[in-house]
Order: sequence, then C-alpha cells, then structure tokens
Amino acid sequence: MSLVGARVLRKEDPKLLAGRGTFVDDLSPAGCAFATFVTSPHPHARILSIDVRTALAMPGVLGIWTAADFAEYPDVPGGLPHFERPALAIDVVRFPGEPVAVVAAEDRYLASDAAAAVLVEYETLPFVSSITAATAPNAPLLFPHHRSNTVTSVPMLDDAERELAKSHGRARLRLTNQRCAAVPIEPIAVLADWTPSGLTMWATFQAPHHLRNYLATWLDVPQNLCRVIAPDVGGGFGAKIVWYPELFLAPLLSKWTRRPVKFAQSRSEAMLQMSHGRGQEHDVEVGYSKDGTIEVLRLIVSQDLGAYPDPTGLGLAVLTTWMAAGCYKIPKVVTGFRNVVTNTTPIAAYRGAGRPEAAYTVERIIEVVARRTGIDPVEIRRRNFIQPKSFPYRTHNDAVVYDSGDFPAALDECVRLLDLDAVRARQVAARDDPTAPLIGIGLSAWLEIAGFGPNGSLEGFGHLASWESTQIRIQPDGSALVFVGSSPHGQGHETTFAQIASDELGVPFDRITVVHGDTESVLQGVGTMGSRGVPTAGSAVKVASQRVLTKAKRVAAHLLEAAEEDLEVESNAFRVRGSPGKSVSWGDVALASFQPLRLPPELLAGSLEERLFQESPNFSYPSGVYGCVVAVDRRTGRVRIESMVLVDDCGTVINPLLAEGQVHGGVAQGIAQALFEEVVYDHESGQPLTSTLVDYLIPSAPDLPSYIAGRITTPCPNNPLGAKGIGESGAVGAPAAVVNAVIDALSPFGVEHLDMPLLPEKVWTAMQPGAIAQGQAS
Amino acid sequence: MNFAEHPKTVVNVDVNGKSVRYEVEDRTLLVHLLREHLRLTGTHVGCDTSNCGACTVLLDGDAVKSCTVLAVQTQGRSVRTIEGVDGPFDGRSALQEGFRQCHGLQCGYCTPGMVMASTALLAENPDPSETEIREALEGNICRCTGYQMIVESIRWAAEHGSPPPNGVSP
Repeated sequence: MSLVGARVLRKEDPKLLAGRGTFVDDLSPAGCAFATFVTSPHPHARILSIDVRTALAMPGVLGIWTAADFAEYPDVPGGLPHFERPALAIDVVRFPGEPVAVVAAEDRYLASDAAAAVLVEYETLPFVSSITAATAPNAPLLFPHHRSNTVTSVPMLDDAERELAKSHGRARLRLTNQRCAAVPIEPIAVLADWTPSGLTMWATFQAPHHLRNYLATWLDVPQNLCRVIAPDVGGGFGAKIVWYPELFLAPLLSKWTRRPVKFAQSRSEAMLQMSHGRGQEHDVEVGYSKDGTIEVLRLIVSQDLGAYPDPTGLGLAVLTTWMAAGCYKIPKVVTGFRNVVTNTTPIAAYRGAGRPEAAYTVERIIEVVARRTGIDPVEIRRRNFIQPKSFPYRTHNDAVVYDSGDFPAALDECVRLLDLDAVRARQVAARDDPTAPLIGIGLSAWLEIAGFGPNGSLEGFGHLASWESTQIRIQPDGSALVFVGSSPHGQGHETTFAQIASDELGVPFDRITVVHGDTESVLQGVGTMGSRGVPTAGSAVKVASQRVLTKAKRVAAHLLEAAEEDLEVESNAFRVRGSPGKSVSWGDVALASFQPLRLPPELLAGSLEERLFQESPNFSYPSGVYGCVVAVDRRTGRVRIESMVLVDDCGTVINPLLAEGQVHGGVAQGIAQALFEEVVYDHESGQPLTSTLVDYLIPSAPDLPSYIAGRITTPCPNNPLGAKGIGESGAVGAPAAVVNAVIDALSPFGVEHLDMPLLPEKVWTAMQPGAIAQGQAS
Repeated sequence: MNFAEHPKTVVNVDVNGKSVRYEVEDRTLLVHLLREHLRLTGTHVGCDTSNCGACTVLLDGDAVKSCTVLAVQTQGRSVRTIEGVDGPFDGRSALQEGFRQCHGLQCGYCTPGMVMASTALLAENPDPSETEIREALEGNICRCTGYQMIVESIRWAAEHGSPPPNGVSP
C-alpha cells in the first residue's frame, strides 16, 4: 500500500504533546547568560550619547556594547548598497524598536533591569510612517545621501493607455494590502556558544544552512567552525528567514563573555523587531468588453520596505507584478512598482510573500467588473479563465509559465460545495428582513507561484542556490536515515518525507527517521519557504530513495543468486518474482552491504547511501477557488463567517491530513488579514499602536469558522512527485473571498470597495447614509 | 537597584505531584519558576500580555496563564504542567491522543497550553459542543492550525474518555 496519499499520523507529535520538544529558549547550557537590546523609542532620531555607566555597575551585568564595539564587523547582510542596516544603530535610529545597545547579564530579569538603566540621549528628527508621507514632496529622508525615500523602482515601459481607452468599459481601484505581522507564537530566540573548538548556534530559523553561510562570512570564521542548529521551530511564516541583529551579535557576545549567550524576544519586542509583511498599495485598472472579457490590466505597486530594505522585502513587489493576472487570460498586462523606505519595522516575507497581494487585487477588480456589467461573479470568472488545455501557459512575464491547472473544475466544485443557489435564496430573503443580518457571498479564484526551486529563483534573495538536498543512509539493520536540507517549522517534514522514502525504499515508515536542521549532520540546505518543501526536498527524497533501492537490489540479487530485474520489494524484504520463499530481508541486505566478504567484488562496502541536489526546471503554480459566506450585523457592522469553502489544487498530495492542516492555517491568516489584523503606526507621533497582542488582533478559536475542504488535482509536470506545494495557498486565496463576500453583503448600500481589515466600525460606517462615496471605485 | 535588593521568598508548592521548595525573587513569574528554575520547559511563553495562552498551566485544577501569576502566589498550592499529564494512550491522555489523531498541532509551540486549557475544559464539561470548545479556548492562540483540527481533537478526547481530574492519571 502506498503511503503517499495516506492520512498518516505525525512522527513529530508524541514529543511535542508531552512537552518534550526542544525550542531554543528551552536550552540553557551551564553558565548561560542572557542578552537583551536597548531600543529606540523614536521613529527617527539622532543618537547624541549613550551612557552605560549606571547600568554597567548593576550586579549581574556582564557587559554592555554599542555600535562602536562592532565597528570592525560588517553591516547586517543582504541590504542594498547605501541602505545597509548596521547590527546596532550608528548615529541615527530609523524605526521605533531599532536596537541601539546590547546588554548581557546573568539572567533575563537582570538584563532587562540593566537595559532600562542605559541612558540614551536623542535628538528627534522628522519622520515618515507611510508610503504617502515618504513620497510626498520634501519628505524627510531616511537616507539623505540618496535624496529620495524611493530606493528602487521599475516603471512601466508602456502604460497600456491606448488599450484601456479602446475598451468598452474601464474599472479602477486603489487599494491597500495592509501591513501585517507574522506572529509565530515562538518569537525570535538564539543561543550562541563559542568555545575554543568553534561556534555552535541554536536559532529559531527556517534556513539554518543559509544562516551558517552568512554568519561564518560575517564573523570571518571558516564554516567548519560554525555550526547552526534549528531545533524545534515554533512557526515562521517567512519572518524567520530574515537577518536580525541578534543572529550576528550573539556569537560575539559569547566569545567576549566566554559563556553561552541567549537572546529570547518578548512578544512586545517581537512586534517591533521581527519583520512585518505585506504593506503594499495598489493602483489597478482594467479595460473590459461588453461581455465582461478583461482585455487589459494595469497594476502599479508601491511597496513599503520599512526602515531598511530586506532582500525578501525587495522581492515582494516583483512577485506581485509577476502574478498580476492570476487565473485569467488577459491579452495585455502591464505592471510597474516602486520600493519605499519608511520609519517603521522592516518588511519581509510573510506567508505568501507578494502573491496574496496579487491574488487579492485581481479578484477584487474582477468583482467590480462583474457588478458594473451585471454579469454573475461565477460566470465572469469562467469567461476569463485560462482553459485547462492551455498549459504550459506563458504569461506577460517571461519568468512565469503556469504549469498546470483546471480552474473551471475548481470553480464548479466550489459552487457545488457552497450550495450557491440555496445561499443566494437565503441572501435575498435576508435583505428584505431588517432584523436579519445581511448575507454576502464572495469568491476567490487564485493562483500563486511556488516551489521555489528553478536555478536563479532564490539566488536573487541572497540564497546560495535554489536546489534542495537530501542524503539517504541505510543503517546496518536496514532502517534508514533521511537527511533533508529543508528545515521545518511545523510543516511535518519528519512524517511526509518518511512517507515518500518508505514508498520508494520499501522500508517501513517506523524504520525511517528524517533528520534536519543541523548544519553539521545535514549535507547542505537552502530552506523552508515559498511552498517549496515537498516539490524540492520531497522530490529529492523520492529520487534518491529510488537510487538507493537500485543499489540495494544489486546486493540482494547477489545474496539470492537472482537477477536484479526479477526482484521486488515487499513487506520489508526483497523477493524473487515467481519464486515464493526465495527472499532476503531488507535488514540482511543492509547488513551485507557493509560486509565486503558478502558482496560481489564490484560493490564496495557502504554503498547504500545516496545524496542528491534536486533542481527544478520550473516553478509550481498551486491554485484553487475559495468561497465565503458572511453575515453582517446591520447594527454593529460585525462580520461573521458562516461558511468557508476551500477547493485547492496542489498537485500530488503526500498526506491529506497535513495538507488540509496547512490550508486551514493559511486560510486563518487570510481571514485574519481580511477582518482583523493590521500593524498601525500613528501618523502624528510615528509610534506603533499595535505593539502587543492586546492591540494586534490575532483571531482565536471563536473568531474563526470551520472549513469545508474540496480538492482538484492536476499534477505538476516539473518535479518527480508532481507536487505543487501547499504552505501558502490559504493565505493567498482567503482574503479576497472574505472581502468580496462583505462587499457583496453591503451592495444594497452601493459600496464597491473597502480596504482591509474590515473591522466592525468600518463596515458599520459604510452602511450609514451618505457613506457611499468613500466606498466607491472609479 | 541591584539583585541583592530584590526581596526573596521561599515558595512551597506541589508541582506535578512533587513537593517543591524554592527560593525565588518575589517578582519571579510562575512561568519562569517552572522553566528557568525547575527546568520544566514544556510550558512556553508566547506573549507578555496574557493573550496567547502558550504558558497555560493548571493551578489547583484551574487553567491559569503562568506568565501572569507570580511564583509566590502559588504558595501552598498545586501546579500541573504538561509534564504532569499522562494517560492510557501509550502514555498520553485522551486529549493528547486526540491532538495526535486529529492533527491538532503543527509547530507544537502553543500545544502544551492548548492541552492544559482543554484539560480544564473537559474536567468541567466532559462533552462540550463545538461552540463551547471554541469559547473555552478564547484565551489560547494558535497561529498554525486555524483551530478546526484543535476543536476536532478535543471532541475526539470527549468521545474517547475524558482524562481524570487535574489531567493526571492515577
């Protein structure tokens, strides 16, 4: 029986359920000191002086360091030339929460006491907290030598004005994809132990080898003396592939104090210091024919980078413009973007990273066209879909060739699961009943780019390469170790990759252990992001396992005195087809593989090991159609999700249980973006208003619905598994479904658009007389 | 201020059925007594405003957030942490097994708090509805699962025998 496709329970769980996981802050080696930052309270200021004398005299304090102490070390890696971020602010602070000094003490209480006693004198500077403020004439500059807060821009070569002017109708929206916070429940934590034998660092990180490579360079030590371990990682969502100062400072503090040194953020620190996501403003316009065919789309993106350009932050708008047309066949698509710095927390990848923004915008504007033309939202999508026979489908961008999909089938399935006709009947009835909530129905037909594996796809974000690695090692008893370069943070690699290996090797699932997250034991690695784990690392495991089996058959054939091609693997043993009883166990084959006296002369001992760096010829393109039914309370504006239907196409599914879990989690974050979450800065003071979980509204169980999951499967032709990736799908597809549903509910009020998050006050205001103008597209 | 100035108190507390006597600074949070001093690291910290519930433990059987309780407040009382939960399912309680069966965890960081909060729920209401489960977990945040499978996990436990009081098997 194949394990791929089965709802296998996770290997990871017993340990985590017993409280026996190992997260970084759980580690406390002998002599471990605790470090914490002194941070800027201002959005923009000049540092006049830092007085550490009082703090340094406090008992338990091991040392306090400022930027001057790190003068011989480089800036944090990956920044744009001339916009680099120093590990500690030098002379100027550029966002509230930016570290200006670091304290090490005997424990976290004492470190915190001492940090509060460091006196920093500032001269405040004018600041900008939004793209609008940053791009206004004579705006205060974050990097005056650049003379603009727009650090990079790619203008349109052709504004498509000719095509737009010729269209039967045009629709335009200006919309904001608001700044969000990833909020993995485990904040950033790092523990460095630099002994005379070298550096070992434990970090909650999505890409330990990536960190090892940069850290060794930054410290100027050879990589053999720099070991990075990502133990259990408590969620990441993109915010744990970012170069935070403590990743680089912790080793130095350990070296200087000659003790292990740990940083572990509090949530209040994390809300300011951990990267944020999204933060885009879109100006989108389409031209359409009388029958609702979209003929031209123009998208201009402004990306808020926060105070320092992050390598993934710089890539977000690129991905958004690549995916601007979504599932639709639009003859002319033109895009442009600019990246803008502001006095806010730096922005980087957050689940979906550039693709949720694209999907949201195209799904909002097609909804506007549906309303303008009076065409049913289901029908208008159907009319504009790329057809299943059109793949591979070349888009407006040469880098983007959609692999496979069946959008009409996904839409049909979504409509069926929604029971659309019945919901529409209920919607009409509720509109006429002033005591009933308003019902709204929203669709989102989405597509994303994932499976980041083609050569060049991650190098642009500063990664070593885009392959993913595996190493399969058969032990002398026939059990197997599967090393993977992709290091998980909740995805369940230990389970899914063991399923794949078990199917290919014929070794039982329980006799396979997946090893990850340690640069000393794992060959090499790139990381877990961009929905790439299964398409890249999973494919590597599949192919490498097949190669190991081929070698094992050679050993088995010798032991059985049979031909390799006559062998099959069944129930943990090699059997000769057609000769019942003629078999040798996997364990014995494995044992023999280490014993030269039992091997044919041409086979060397220890041959049952295979390593592979899996490359991909193209990206993968997960897609789907989501449907949402909301009930809007007429008196309060509160939105309740009545039903959420999720039809996904992620190609081959390895473990439906885990795939569903990934979709649920992504959808929860998508709903949260649509209804609740936004990182807010006060434009008067530049201060963050959402710096704790009291103010930043992460939904808990009563805020979210149950989900109805459906599935369409079109295998990805670009990897051996046929898998497209699933980690980000929910976050890509959900926001538009929810917002379209709320706008649909509000259609009796003439509302065409409201920006996320759709908090009750905003929805209530839109229902008040005279409010229509604010919610009108143009 | 220095650490010599912080008054200390000897706390006598029962932790997972064992008497513990520990001198702590009065300002020490229960979660830090557990994690830093007793080295029971299964209880996690996810926020500093009592919102996330990752640090949930049982104090005399009630679910409390151990980041919002001072260690000295547990004087003479009884604390149960995830390390003190076990049961007939290969050493797991029905709730722990429910989370495994229904994929109620992904990264696992919020999980000990979820298990403790739902242990308290089932002790009070052995057969909760979906709505009751969701409301009972209002103070626990999970960023991975979207909650549906957590709800199913707790239903699984309700259907397969609720754990004994305080979540500890005899």
